[in-house]
Amino acid sequence: MTLDTVKHAAGTPDVSQPWKELGLKEDEYARIREILGRRPTGAELAMYSVMWSEHCSYKSSKVHLKQFGEKAPESDALLVGIGENAGVVDVGQGYAVTFKVESHNHPSYIEPYQGAATGVGGIVRDILAMGARPVAVMDPLRFGAADHPDTKRVLPGVVAGIGGYGNCLGLPNIGGEVVFDSCYQGNPLVNALCVGVMKHEDIHLAKASGTGNKVILYGARTGGDGIGGVSVLASETFDSTGPSRRPAVQVGDPFQEKLLIECTLEIFRENLVDGIQDLGGAGLSCATSELASAGSGGMRVELDRVHLRDATLSPEEILMSESQERMCAIVEPGKVDRFLEICEKWDVIATVIGEVTEGSQLEIFWHGEQIVDVPPRTVAHEGPVYHRPYERPSWQDALQADDANKLARPANSDELRAQVLKLVASPNQASKSWITDQYDRFVQGNTILAQPEDSGMVRIDEETNLGVAVATDGNGRYAKLDPYAGAQLALAESYRNVAASGAKPLAISNCLNFGSPEDPAVMWQFAEATRGLADGCLELGTPVTGGNVSLYNQTGETAIHPTPVVAVLGVIDDVTRRTPVAFAEEGQLIYLLGETREEFGGSAWSQVVHDHLGGLPPVVDLEREKLLGEILIAGSRDGMIDAAHDLSDGGLIQAVTESCLRGGKGARLVVPDGLDAFTFLFSESAGRAVVAVPRSEELRFTDMCGARGLPATRIGVVDGTESDSTAVVELQGEFSLQLSELREAHEATIPGLLA
Amino acid sequence: MTARIGVVTFPGTLDDQDALRAARLAGAEAVSLWHRDKDLKQVDAVVLAGGFSYGDYLRAGAISRFSPVMETIIEQAKAGMPVLGICNGFQILTEAHLLPGAMLRNNHLHFICRDQKLRVENAGTAWTSDYEQGEEIQVPLKNMDGRYVADERVLDELEAEGRVAFRYLDMNPNGSLRDIAGITNEAGNVVGLMPHPEHAVEPLVGTGRTDGLGFFTSILKKLVTA
Repeated sequence: MTLDTVKHAAGTPDVSQPWKELGLKEDEYARIREILGRRPTGAELAMYSVMWSEHCSYKSSKVHLKQFGEKAPESDALLVGIGENAGVVDVGQGYAVTFKVESHNHPSYIEPYQGAATGVGGIVRDILAMGARPVAVMDPLRFGAADHPDTKRVLPGVVAGIGGYGNCLGLPNIGGEVVFDSCYQGNPLVNALCVGVMKHEDIHLAKASGTGNKVILYGARTGGDGIGGVSVLASETFDSTGPSRRPAVQVGDPFQEKLLIECTLEIFRENLVDGIQDLGGAGLSCATSELASAGSGGMRVELDRVHLRDATLSPEEILMSESQERMCAIVEPGKVDRFLEICEKWDVIATVIGEVTEGSQLEIFWHGEQIVDVPPRTVAHEGPVYHRPYERPSWQDALQADDANKLARPANSDELRAQVLKLVASPNQASKSWITDQYDRFVQGNTILAQPEDSGMVRIDEETNLGVAVATDGNGRYAKLDPYAGAQLALAESYRNVAASGAKPLAISNCLNFGSPEDPAVMWQFAEATRGLADGCLELGTPVTGGNVSLYNQTGETAIHPTPVVAVLGVIDDVTRRTPVAFAEEGQLIYLLGETREEFGGSAWSQVVHDHLGGLPPVVDLEREKLLGEILIAGSRDGMIDAAHDLSDGGLIQAVTESCLRGGKGARLVVPDGLDAFTFLFSESAGRAVVAVPRSEELRFTDMCGARGLPATRIGVVDGTESDSTAVVELQGEFSLQLSELREAHEATIPGLLA
Repeated sequence: MTARIGVVTFPGTLDDQDALRAARLAGAEAVSLWHRDKDLKQVDAVVLAGGFSYGDYLRAGAISRFSPVMETIIEQAKAGMPVLGICNGFQILTEAHLLPGAMLRNNHLHFICRDQKLRVENAGTAWTSDYEQGEEIQVPLKNMDGRYVADERVLDELEAEGRVAFRYLDMNPNGSLRDIAGITNEAGNVVGLMPHPEHAVEPLVGTGRTDGLGFFTSILKKLVTA
C-alpha cells in the first residue's frame, strides 16, 4: 500500500480522487485544490470531506443561523455565546451553567440502541469540554405512529440506549418529550440535551495556543466505528484488499465515558489544560483543525502514536474515526506528567500525539512522512456556504384554509366526556412513565423536579439552594401550519414551562430538525422557523447560546413536519420555592391565567378526534408570555401558588387531569362566563397556565394579577382524594369522571402499545 | 463524638456522593475510600454505593470484589465491621460471599426507576435499628440486575433465621424470589439491599421522603454508643 504523502500528491496532480463518493461537489473539490495549490492527499481529502459536510459545516443553514447572533438580545447572563462546544450562562453566586441540545436522528433509525446511546455520550462530552460537571440530561424524542410496527422496533431500542448509557454515567434524566406522529415514520428524531455546572473561573475553551504545548489524545482507543463514507477512500483507492465498509454507526461504552468525566474534572481542578475539545462528529479531523484554527499557531500531529483498537486502520480512517469517549487537550510541557498521572489513576489511556507549532499550518505525519499540510481554518471554518433557494410551498395556503375551528364538535355532554377520555388516553397525551421509568432520575441526589413536571430542576448548591430548571418543547404540527409561529410557540411553551416551575428563563438552545435543504419548500420552513425563533428570543430577552441543525430528515419526497425543538434554561434562587404541577391540597382554588380563544388549528383534539391537521396555530403573544412568566415566578417566590401547570397541547383538560393525577386529588370545574364547555376544555390558546391558590392567598394573588393586567379566572376547586375514592374530575352541568378512570385511561396506553 | 463512615469509589460507582451526603446528614464524618487503596482510613463502617462498577463487565460486582479495598473490607466485615451494600454494592457483597445468593437481570428485562415501598423485616441489624420491626418505608429503586435469587434451601434458611431484612410491598419490581429486597448476614453487621436509602434523606430532593435516613442514623447510634 502506497502512502499518499504531501510530496506524492504534489508530484501526481492527475490522479483521480473519489471526491464524489465522499459527498463533495465538483466545485468544492476544485476549491480544495485551489486552497492547497495542488491536489489534496487522501488524508486531506478525507478531512475536508467530513468537515465540509452539512453536519459539520452547516453550509445550508449558516446564512439563516446568523440571525441568532445578529438579533441577540442584550443579556448580562451570557458568558460564552454561539460557536464554542456549548454556550455558557451566568446563574449567579459565581456559578455558570452550560447546556446544549443536539440531534442523533439518523444513527438512531439505523441502530436505535447505539444511535441513542452515543447521542447522550456526545452531548455530555460537549458539556464536559466547557469545563463543567454534567449534572443532568433530557431527551426530546419523536417517533412514527405509536401503533406502527416499526415504532415498536425503534422506540424500545432508543429508550434502552438512552437509559443504558445515561444511567451508567450517573446523570439524572429529568425531562424531555415523547411525541408520536406518522410524519416521523422512518425519520425518528432523537435529540439529546445535557446541562453542566461550573464556577466562572473554570470555563474552558477549544483552542490550541502556546508554541511547544503538547497535544494529548486521551480516552478510548480509536477503532473503525463511525467511519461511514470514508471507507470508500480506504477500500477503493488505496488498498482494495484491506478491510472494507466499516460500520457507520458508532458504538458507545458508558463506563469509559464515566471514567473520562471524572478524570477530566480532576484535570480541570488542577488547572492542567490550556485548551480542550471533545471528539465527536469527524473525530480527530474536527478536533485538531478546530483547536488549531482557534489558537495562535499551527499544530503538528504524529498520527501513528494514536492508540488503536484495530491495528489495520489506515491514517485516513484514524482521522475520520468517530470512536466514542475520546478528548483532545492542549497541555503545557511542564504539566504533561501530572496530566498523564491522573489519567493513569482513572485507567484512562492518554498519549501525547503532537504539539503546537510556530507556523500556521496543521501538519500531520504518519511514521515520519507528511500526509497533511493545510491551513486549519480552511478545514474547520471556511467551508462552503450555500444560499439555497427557498419558496413558500404551493400547498401552504390550502393547508391554512382547512380550518380546524370548523370541525364537528361534541354534540352533547356524553360526547364531550368521551372525547376527554379519548384525549388523555391518546398516545401523545398519555403518561410516558413506562419510558421515563427506564431512566435514573435520582442519582446525584439533587433532583428537585423531573418528568412529568413542567421542567426538570436540579439544585446546584446545597448551602444556598440555588438551582436551575430546563424544559424542552417543540410542536411540529404547529410549525407545519406556520413555521414562523410554530418556532415561536415552541419557544413560548418552553419558556412558560420553566416559569411555571418557579424559575426565571435566561437563555435557550435549540435543535432544528427539518427535511432536505435541497427542497425549496423545506428551506422556506427552515428560513421562517429560524427567523421566528430569532425574533422571539429578542422579544423575550433570552439569547440563543448554541444548538444544532439536523437536515435531510425525510423519506423520498416526504419531509418530516418542520420540528424546531427549543430548550429554555432558567435559574431559581431557592429551590425550596419551586412549584410542582400536582394539585396536592383539597380546598385550594384553581385559577386559569390568560385568555382562551377558539383555537384548534394543529391541536391535539383535532388530531385525536378528527385525525386532522389544518388551519392556523394559536396566536403568539410574547409580551403576554413574559407577563405570565413574571406572575408565575412571583407567585412561587411569595408563596401565593402551590401548584402550576402550563397549558399547551391538549388544552385545559389535559393540564388539569395531569395535575390531579400527580397529586391524587380531584377537581370540580365550572365553565367561566363567555366560554362554551368545549372551547374551555380543548382550546390550545397560548400564554396560559392553571394554578392552585391557597384560600388564604387568593386576594393577594388576584390583586397582583389585576394590577399587572393578567386575566385570572377562578374555574374551580381541588376536591376529593384518590386514596379514599372521592376524587373526581367534574365539569359542572356536563360530566363527572372518577380519577381512577382517568388514571387507567392515561396510564395504560403506552405499556399497552410497547411493553 | 461521632463515627467515621467510609464510602468506596470504584471505577463506575455512581451514588458515592449521595451516600457520603447521607452519612453527613445523619451526623457522621463521611470519608471517601478509593478502590485501589487497601487502607480503610480508620473508618468504623463502610458503604458500598450503587452504580456500575467496572461497567458491570463480566457480571455486576464480579470484578470489584477482587479490588484491593475489598480485601480489607472482606477481612474486617468478617471481624464484625458494619458494611452496607446498596444496589451494585449488594451485588458486590454477594460476589464476595459476604451475603448469599445472586442478582439476575430484572424479569421484565428493562431498567426500572421508581419510588418503591418496602417492609423492614428485621429491625435488629446494625443498619436498621432505628426502624420498627415491620415498618413500611418508601425509597427509590433503580436497577437493571435486581432480581434476587438463591436456592430454596438458602431461602428457607434466610427466612428461618430472620435474615430477610427487607421485602418489596405492593409490587415486586424485578421478579426477586419471595419479594426479597435486602438481606443480612447472621451477625447482622453486613446488610445488602437493591433499593437506595441514600436517595431518600432530604425532603427537598428526589421523592421528597426521608425514609432512608434511618439506615445512617441506625449505624451512627450503634457506633457512637458502642
